[in-house]
Amino acid sequence: MRHLLDIRTLDREQALRILDVAEDMADTHSREVKKLPTLLGKTVVNLFFEDSTRTRISFEAAAKRLSADVINFAAKGSSVSKGESLKDTAQTLQAMGADAVVVRHSASGAPRTLATSGWISAGVVNAGDGTHEHPTQALLDAFTIRKRRYGRDSRGRDLSGLRVVIVGDVLHSRVARSNVWLLSLLGAVVTLVTPPTLVPQNVSEWPVRVLYDLDAALAEGPDAGMMLRIQAERMHAAYFPTEREYSRLWGLDAVRAATLPDDSIVMHPGPMNRGLEISSEAADSPRSTVLEQVTNGVSVRMAVLYLLLAGERNDEEGKVK
Amino acid sequence: MTLAERLGPIISGIAETDIPVGSLDITLFRDDLAKHPTRAPKRTEIPADGIDGRTVVLVDDVLFSGRSIRAALDALQSIGRPAVVRLAILVDRGHRELPIRPDFVGKNIPSSRAERVNVRLRELDGSDEVTIES
Repeated sequence: MRHLLDIRTLDREQALRILDVAEDMADTHSREVKKLPTLLGKTVVNLFFEDSTRTRISFEAAAKRLSADVINFAAKGSSVSKGESLKDTAQTLQAMGADAVVVRHSASGAPRTLATSGWISAGVVNAGDGTHEHPTQALLDAFTIRKRRYGRDSRGRDLSGLRVVIVGDVLHSRVARSNVWLLSLLGAVVTLVTPPTLVPQNVSEWPVRVLYDLDAALAEGPDAGMMLRIQAERMHAAYFPTEREYSRLWGLDAVRAATLPDDSIVMHPGPMNRGLEISSEAADSPRSTVLEQVTNGVSVRMAVLYLLLAGERNDEEGKVK
Repeated sequence: MTLAERLGPIISGIAETDIPVGSLDITLFRDDLAKHPTRAPKRTEIPADGIDGRTVVLVDDVLFSGRSIRAALDALQSIGRPAVVRLAILVDRGHRELPIRPDFVGKNIPSSRAERVNVRLRELDGSDEVTIES
C-alpha cells in the first residue's frame, strides 16, 4: 500500500488485510513490552491543519508503538498561519525526510493533492479531509463491529448480513461517508437516519437506505447504531430549529437504547455532545463501544502505518507474501 | 508450529509433565522488512501461563543466517522473561551471519548459499521429507 487516501478506492481484500493486520497489532497490546521495533528509523509527520485531539494522539501512539519517530505539526502557530502554502509545507517536510505524512485538512481532497502532486515521496494517510472521508475512523469502526461480533474468530471475516444504522448529521460527516463505503464493501447493510435538512444531495447514488424516523430504524433491531457528532462548527445553527428538538427526535437516549436487542452495540466516533446526539446513559452503558473504538483506533492505525512503511517502497500494489 | 506440536507431546511423554506448545510470529521483529514486499503477520499464541521463569525451547525447521532466531529472541523478550531459552533445529545448513548456535540439531546438512533447503511435513504437505534444490 502506497497511500491511504479514501475508502472508496479500496477493494474488499485490501480492507480485510488492514483489519487482519490490526488484529495482530491488537494482540501486542497485551504483551509485557508493548513497543515493537518494526518501524525503527522511520519518521511519521502528523500534519494537522484542523483541530483534532483523539485522531492525532491515536496516530502518534500508533507510530510510537512501532518505534517510528513522530513529528507533530499543527497549523495553528506555524508558518501556515503566516500564509505558507500546502506545497511549501509539504516540501519542507520532504526536506526533513518524512517517510509518512498523516494529514488532516479542512479542504476535501487535500491528502490526494499531497499524494499525487509529486511534492513529496512520503506515504500519505488521510486523517480527515473536509466533508470527504476519514478512512481510518471507518476502519476502526468496522474493526470494532467485527470484534464485538466474532471475538477471537474475527480474522478473515467480513460483515455480511450485519445491519448498521448511522444516525445524525450525514451532510457534514466524513466519518459517515467513509463508513458507508467500507461497511457496504464488507457486506453490511447500512441505513442512514437523519433530519431531512442534513441529507447529502447525491445520497441516491450511495448503497444505503435513508430514513427520517429513528424509532422506526431502531425497531428493526440493527446490530450496531452509530451516532454522529452534531458539528456545531460547520452548522451555523440553520439546519434544525433547536438542539432540544434534535435530541428529542434523533438523539439516542436511555429509552431508545433499551429498545435495541441485547447484543446490539452503540457507537460514537467522539468527541460526544452528551445530551444532544447521545445521552450519558447510552454512552456509558455496557453496549457502548466508545472507549473500545479509541483502543481499536490505535491498532488499526498501527496496521495502516505498518502496511504503508514496513515493506519495500517500490511496492506500489502492496502485495503481501 | 507443526514441529513444536509434534515435539511437545513427545517431551511430555518422556518428562511425564505437560509441556505447553505455542507459536511465535516474528514478522514485526525482522530486520529485513524493507527489503521485501510487505509481509502479513501471523498470529502469536502463547501458553496461558506465560513464559516468565520457564524453560522455553524455540523450534524451527531450518537454521540458516540466524536472523530469524535473532528476531524470535526479541519477540520472546517482549512477551516475558524466560529462565532459559534453548534452540532446537531440524536442519542446520550453516552460513550463520550472527553468533547464534543451536542446542539440539536433527541433521547437519552442509549446503551452498545458492541452494534451497525445503522441509515438508506430513500435516501441511502430505509427507515428511527434506529436499535440497540447486
